[in-house]
Amino acid sequence: MKPFDYVRPATVAEAVAAAAQPGAVYLAAGTNLLDLMKGNVSRPDRLVDVTHLGGLDRIEHLADGALRIGALVRNADLAHDPEFASAYPAIAEALLSGASAQLRNTATVGGNLLQRTRCAYFYDTASRCNKREAGSGCDARDGENRSHAVLGWSDSCIATHPSDFCVPLVALDAVVEIEGGNGRREIALDELHRLPGDTPERDTTLEPGDLIVAVRLPPAARGFAAHARYLKVRERTSYAFAVVSAAAALLIENGKIKQARLGLGGVAAKPWRARAAEDVLKDVAPTADAFQEAAWRALSDAKPSGDNAFKIELARRIVVRALTLAAAGTPARMPALPASPFASTSGALHA
Amino acid sequence: MPELNLTSAPAHLRHGSNIGQPLTRRDGVLKVKGQATYAADNHPSGMLFAVMAVSSIARGRVTSLDVAAARRHPGVVDVMTSDHKPPLAIDPEIKTNPFVFRMEVLQSDEVRYANQPIAVVIAETLEAATEGAALLAPRYETLPALIGLDAGDSFVPPVVGVGNPTENHRGDVEAGLASAEKRIEAVYETPPQYHNAMEPHAIVAAWDGDNLSVDMPTQGLFLSRARIAELFGIAPDKIHIRSPFLGGGFGSKGLMAGPQVLGVMAARLVGKPVKLVLRREQMYGPVGHRAPTRQRLRMGTDGEGRLTALDHHARTVSSTFDDFYEPAADASHSLYASPAIRTSHDAVRVNTGTPLFMRAPGEATGSIALESAIDEMAWACGIDPLAFRLKNYAEVEPITGKPFSSKALRACYEQGAARFGWAKRPLQPRQMRDDAGLLVGWGMGTATFPALMFQAEARAAIRRDGTGAMEIGAHDMGQGAWTALAQIAADGLGLDIDRVAFKAGTSDLPDAGIAGGSAHTATAGAAIHSAGAAVIAKLADLATADERSPLFGAGNTGVIARDGKLFRRDDESRGESYTEILARAGLAEIEARGMGAPNPAAMEEYAMHAHGAVFAEVKVDPELGQIRVTRMVGAFAAGRIVNPHLVKSQLFGGMIWGMSFALHEEAITDRRSGRIMNANLGEYHIPVNADVPPLDVITIEEHDPHVNALGIKGVGEIGITGSAGAVANAVWHATGVRVRRFPIRIEELLTQR
Ligand SMILES: Cc1cc2nc3c(=O)[nH]c(=O)nc-3n(C[C@H](O)[C@H](O)[C@H](O)COP(=O)(O)OP(=O)(O)OC[C@H]3O[C@@H](n4cnc5c(N)ncnc54)[C@H](O)[C@@H]3O)c2cc1C
Ligand code: SF4
Repeated sequence: MKPFDYVRPATVAEAVAAAAQPGAVYLAAGTNLLDLMKGNVSRPDRLVDVTHLGGLDRIEHLADGALRIGALVRNADLAHDPEFASAYPAIAEALLSGASAQLRNTATVGGNLLQRTRCAYFYDTASRCNKREAGSGCDARDGENRSHAVLGWSDSCIATHPSDFCVPLVALDAVVEIEGGNGRREIALDELHRLPGDTPERDTTLEPGDLIVAVRLPPAARGFAAHARYLKVRERTSYAFAVVSAAAALLIENGKIKQARLGLGGVAAKPWRARAAEDVLKDVAPTADAFQEAAWRALSDAKPSGDNAFKIELARRIVVRALTLAAAGTPARMPALPASPFASTSGALHA
Repeated sequence: MPELNLTSAPAHLRHGSNIGQPLTRRDGVLKVKGQATYAADNHPSGMLFAVMAVSSIARGRVTSLDVAAARRHPGVVDVMTSDHKPPLAIDPEIKTNPFVFRMEVLQSDEVRYANQPIAVVIAETLEAATEGAALLAPRYETLPALIGLDAGDSFVPPVVGVGNPTENHRGDVEAGLASAEKRIEAVYETPPQYHNAMEPHAIVAAWDGDNLSVDMPTQGLFLSRARIAELFGIAPDKIHIRSPFLGGGFGSKGLMAGPQVLGVMAARLVGKPVKLVLRREQMYGPVGHRAPTRQRLRMGTDGEGRLTALDHHARTVSSTFDDFYEPAADASHSLYASPAIRTSHDAVRVNTGTPLFMRAPGEATGSIALESAIDEMAWACGIDPLAFRLKNYAEVEPITGKPFSSKALRACYEQGAARFGWAKRPLQPRQMRDDAGLLVGWGMGTATFPALMFQAEARAAIRRDGTGAMEIGAHDMGQGAWTALAQIAADGLGLDIDRVAFKAGTSDLPDAGIAGGSAHTATAGAAIHSAGAAVIAKLADLATADERSPLFGAGNTGVIARDGKLFRRDDESRGESYTEILARAGLAEIEARGMGAPNPAAMEEYAMHAHGAVFAEVKVDPELGQIRVTRMVGAFAAGRIVNPHLVKSQLFGGMIWGMSFALHEEAITDRRSGRIMNANLGEYHIPVNADVPPLDVITIEEHDPHVNALGIKGVGEIGITGSAGAVANAVWHATGVRVRRFPIRIEELLTQR
């Protein structure tokens, strides 16, 4: 492991200054970063520990009805905040379907957004990986790639973004607040993660030294509370990444969908907002046919990047189901098995 | 090591015989408090840390290692490589007995599989050793790796498993198939799987001249000691191994593994105690695994649904340099009556570490294929799978024609089916849905595992203070030997369990054989039982020959030992305490030894197996293909149950492993490099708690006078068998889709709606 400096700034300004030098990275709970460092996948020169920065661990209700979630709020604390969970149930459900209880207890909002792909070749330093080492090649392309991307991939990288949290966030138009060398700015979450193109080594549009300070949900996001679900198909009930997932949120008035929001997870290098599918659903009745049509639209550009054609069909079916569940209404209580197709199975123990 | 302080909490108080009581494990409190010392918890003074560097290629040669860079790193003491290592007394490639496997202990620069050890860095801290290993930056000359079941030309190995014939047959299978009314033929595939015991392989080795002290988890203290002795050219009695606890082994700690030998070599090289602990990913190579298989089953039945032929062929792999062949087809020897049975194996060589015994080796892989095929055959005949199994119930062992020493499988079928509610199962698949619209399916499988016996010795003593001692180099792998064997010891000595000093887990005690083959309780138990009987006999001789004893002259009618006293068998009002007998004889203690061993005459005459029946319910999302096991019932007949509590835990664990086999477990090997891409517990999936449904275990007591003196058959492995097939068959029954490649993946169920 490469030697590195460790600094623990007390203020956001100090943090941004400390991270200005090349080779510096922020350390939050470290559940992803430390694994990457131990495996020699990430080789930072300096860790800027942000966990002691003041004021970033709050959930704030803003005057305009927006919600501001500090970058250091723990995944579990957010999901279990009763007000949050009732206003943004799909986000809470997504959080609770991620990782394990132990990881959620420590993982932060900022770290979750910026967690890196789980592509096994990215982690395996003996493999060629354009994301880890620009221009070295992509061993996933002809390798074990059953779980890789079906949307937005390029020949240089077929990895997916693994976050569950980001999927409903992107669907609900979340905004990321950033503190950088040139002060504060904000971008839509949809613009945070990049598709690989020819430069898969860059996961996001952040500049070096950019610190995420908060994620903001606009006032309209809570309008979907009555019809919002997250659905995640995975290979075991907990402690597994999504094979494919979807967040669906509907605003239903007088039997018609006034607005639909749809995000897909596990399909691309970014949380995938399916706007074309949303358009199909505008001002129509929430019927099976409409949902099928939306599903086709959502995946119309999909193509397999390897042994993963099944993910396209699976994604369509997940879209239909997630929309169906959302239309049926958000359950009064968080299901015992959040986001599971078996969420409603009685007798299930908590995941 | 200080004496273990096993608990004597009120939970252990009970009346009557010790055997058969559901005692909680006596080492439980130690473990909960973190006071149970596992191998890697030892830190002798002056100890250094060793870290292995392993190969990232699967085949080729190491052309360079930057040893100088590693040595320069602060804290690094030495770097052991194929050019710089202590000599071994014999070539580790020489197989001196069938339980010796070849190992990579830096004998050359050749690389035979990914994760093969290629150097060991020894340093003052774990961090320095880890960094030193990283600095070696190996370069290789790489050859194309041989990977997978079709890697090369197949061949017929001389034997499979441990000395089993590669092929077996009885009757004429082709004729049986030709005359059959109905036939099926199906090919099943099982993936490579890794033991993944929670505790990684570890060793703390310390030389003192020619004396060697070793802390390491092992399922085979005496085989390990013998292997170290021959490799280092020292007498076995100069080696002291301590293995009081294992954090699981499942077969991967049965034999001395290469990395553990490297730890001993490293200690010799630097002349100081050395600790070497494998990293999780380093366990995917040098410590064995379950080989993948491709199994073809052919069956035929007559007009009544009785088997006319059963043909089971298994293709498997071994390493390029040693021989272990998963005896998968042997699973078809003992379960279903058929006038014609053939089992056969072939293999290809691939660039992996040598596959080895992994919990139910052969039985687990063979069982999921056989039980699936039986299900397919039953369906082809239009017969309920339980009725079909009963129609083909084997009254004698099909492959040998021998009678069973005992076989309560019918009771397992009956009680398991009743508890599960099997009678309500529709014959057709895809008939049941729950309220939420999920598909529901019921499947079953028959469980079986041979009742084996190895050889063991124990030493028993009775002391004048009325306590007893029982010493045996037995192994607690987490299964509960500290408790179950102590129960047998207490009964053998006629004492309360808390009055018996039970010693196990070190190599200076009598040889208890290995904890493997589900035979440890039977084997070690038999030795303990006979040592107890021998010491009681000595004590009885003292008393019955002594005129001053109320037992005088009872030599012919005999005595019985209970609660620290001997009684006349024909008159229990006449008796005397151990203390009185020894005091009068002026003895502080009296001791005797006893043996446990297989009985060749009984083995010649009888087929000996444990049996069971497992019933599973799964739910499947009809559109999304996600599967959930919602109920499992297992009924097992495994001879005498020494401790129902521990036995239940073993069977639960086995059933969960079976479900894992059907639905989760698989090592994903890169088809080009031969590297395992999910060599970690995050991505090598086993069920989490939320996957495991309520499990129901029924044990059916069998009285078996032939297997061994105590009538014990063993329960360590049988739980996997039957369970894997039951889950797979339930998936078919839920969906109508027969998946023949395991684990069953979501995509295979997406083909239908
Ligand atoms: C075994 C396992 C299973 C998992 N399963 C799932 C799953 O099913 N679903 C899921 O969604 N996630 C899963 N995760 C991932 C988990 O959610 C992330 O590891 C976690 O959210 C990361 O948060 P952290 O605070 O630990 O981030 P860190 O590891 O500290 O940081 C991650 C990255 O974010 C950067 N960073 C952190 N905070 C900031 C900030 N404020 N500004 C700028 N950069 C920042 C760091 O520099 C680093 O690059 C799993 C993880 C593991 C280990
Ligand atoms: S898919 Fe992307 S992350 Fe994976 S190996 Fe290829 S370049 Fe690297």
